[in-house]
Amino acid sequence: MNSPVTEKIFVKGNEAVAMAALEAGCRCYFGYPITPQSDIPEYLSRELPKTGGEFLQAESEIGAINMLLGASAAGVRAMTSSSGPGISLKQEGISYMAGSELPGVIVDIMRQGPGLGGIDASQADYFQATRGGGHGGYRIIVLAPNSVQEMYDLTMLAFDLSDLYRIPAMVLADSVIGQMKESIVANARPEVVLPEKGWAVRGRGEGTEQNVVKSLKLGDGEMEKFHWMMHDRYQLLADKENRWEEYQTDDAELIVTAFGSTSRISKTAVTMAREAGMKVGLMRPVTLFPFPKPAYAALSERCKLFLTIELSTGQMVDDVRLSVARDAEVAFYGRPPGAGSLPTPEELFEQIAHRYRARPAVAEVTL
Amino acid sequence: MKQVFTRPESLKDVPTHFCPGCNHGTVHRLVGEAIDDLGLRSETIGVASVGCSVFLYGYFDIDVIEAPHGRAPAVATGAKRARPDRIVFTYQGDGDLAAIGMSEIIHSANRGEDITVIFVNNTTYGMTGGQMAPTTLPGQKTSTSPYGRDVSKDGAPFKMAELLAGLDGVAFSARVSLDSPKNVLMAKKLIKTAFQYQVEKKGFSFIEALSSCPTNWGMSPLAANQRVTDEMVPYFPLGTYKNRADL
Repeated sequence: MNSPVTEKIFVKGNEAVAMAALEAGCRCYFGYPITPQSDIPEYLSRELPKTGGEFLQAESEIGAINMLLGASAAGVRAMTSSSGPGISLKQEGISYMAGSELPGVIVDIMRQGPGLGGIDASQADYFQATRGGGHGGYRIIVLAPNSVQEMYDLTMLAFDLSDLYRIPAMVLADSVIGQMKESIVANARPEVVLPEKGWAVRGRGEGTEQNVVKSLKLGDGEMEKFHWMMHDRYQLLADKENRWEEYQTDDAELIVTAFGSTSRISKTAVTMAREAGMKVGLMRPVTLFPFPKPAYAALSERCKLFLTIELSTGQMVDDVRLSVARDAEVAFYGRPPGAGSLPTPEELFEQIAHRYRARPAVAEVTL
Repeated sequence: MKQVFTRPESLKDVPTHFCPGCNHGTVHRLVGEAIDDLGLRSETIGVASVGCSVFLYGYFDIDVIEAPHGRAPAVATGAKRARPDRIVFTYQGDGDLAAIGMSEIIHSANRGEDITVIFVNNTTYGMTGGQMAPTTLPGQKTSTSPYGRDVSKDGAPFKMAELLAGLDGVAFSARVSLDSPKNVLMAKKLIKTAFQYQVEKKGFSFIEALSSCPTNWGMSPLAANQRVTDEMVPYFPLGTYKNRADL
């Protein structure tokens, strides 16, 4: 399906994820209903069988992630999707997949929590996603789309990165991005040279070695060696796959930083600030793991004031503080998840404006 | 000289970690023989579970996926859906299958997944040191039921072969034992039948094998074997509970 596609279509974010999975050659989808991501299994239950793929509504989120584990171990591209409570249930399987070096795509359309929480947008699962989420000390690839187009593009990227690095990949969005409709171009799957899955369990065949997909490592020193190997792989991932977007940062004296839906509202607020004569920019991480630390470090060489905005009481802000130069100040504005908690551009403009006006005089002198 | 007895090709030539008198080795061998007899070694995917059965990949010379505790039927479902032309089986103990994995086993059976499940019931959690299992017999003392299993508090043991036989998706469900040569031969026949049903895509096939655990029962291998005959078989009657060929 590598023919050029330029026609625009008008779809929901969740539908874009499902369409991208089909284009990426996903052969198996396993899921369980939960708001606000149910459009994904609904779309795939209709469309995946038409391509010869397997759609299965699992008995639970635990069942679904372990089916993903089995299909991925068998060497095919596979995906599951869920939200908060369901993603928590999937952590067992994600940990086993990480321990077994299995690829696989997990889509998390974040809702509020803890517990049953609510179905409105939240970014409070940033830590759960970027710190691995399950037991044992591992990381997964985390991509954070902020538009329906990116829901499409980053889902395909998630399949490629996951196969390239043999690390589970998560598309981390929220109900705003998942439920929003926008015009997109359903791009053809990019040409990427991917390694053969020689490790996959397919039946050993004749004259070939036994393949085993496992996370149990009892050999002398085996587990320590595995952890250092993965540590190196995460570093390679960080060196090669950091992705971010900058907006009007060149002369900025205050840089707003936000991911996903919050970055959209922030961008409007930054534009309002520019119209008011303030030198304000936006830094948006697209990969949350790896976190684009070098880009923050470079920005903070010339801009000493950052404002992190999140739909939580502050999670990504920790990573921002760890990434910027020591003399840069990182302020925070959060709207913890909850119905009616989505900030308006005007509200964010006010947050930007009062910090901009109060910024240290030294910044004025150097410019 | 004619060789009349040899190791199945599907098994590796290695010693196992199983305790003296444990029946896991026997069940491994019977599964290996069934795979060999049906010529399935090159196309079979085994799914190991958590417990004494986890080392399946070390003993079988076939491709293996190691599943999280209780999730083997879900993992097998994923592998089979991804590669429907392969033979997929799980090998699970009683804690794995009938406690933490009850949801996965019931639903994969009800969907009629074309997989074979080998369930080894020794009425205890072997690997963790002999705690009470969902199949621990009434009154049986274990490290977490020191006064004996109290049915009024812990419920009665699950009879998995009968329970699964009631589901429409199940093509074959049988309980076998390994406590006598006659029963071993019967077990061999029914395990082969279970795999044959998968080859014929008849649906879900299930074998419950009653097994001894001398170490955790605190018995000699002989006494443990006798317990299977005297206490387990009466509670868990042997036989075929579902056979789609009969329907």
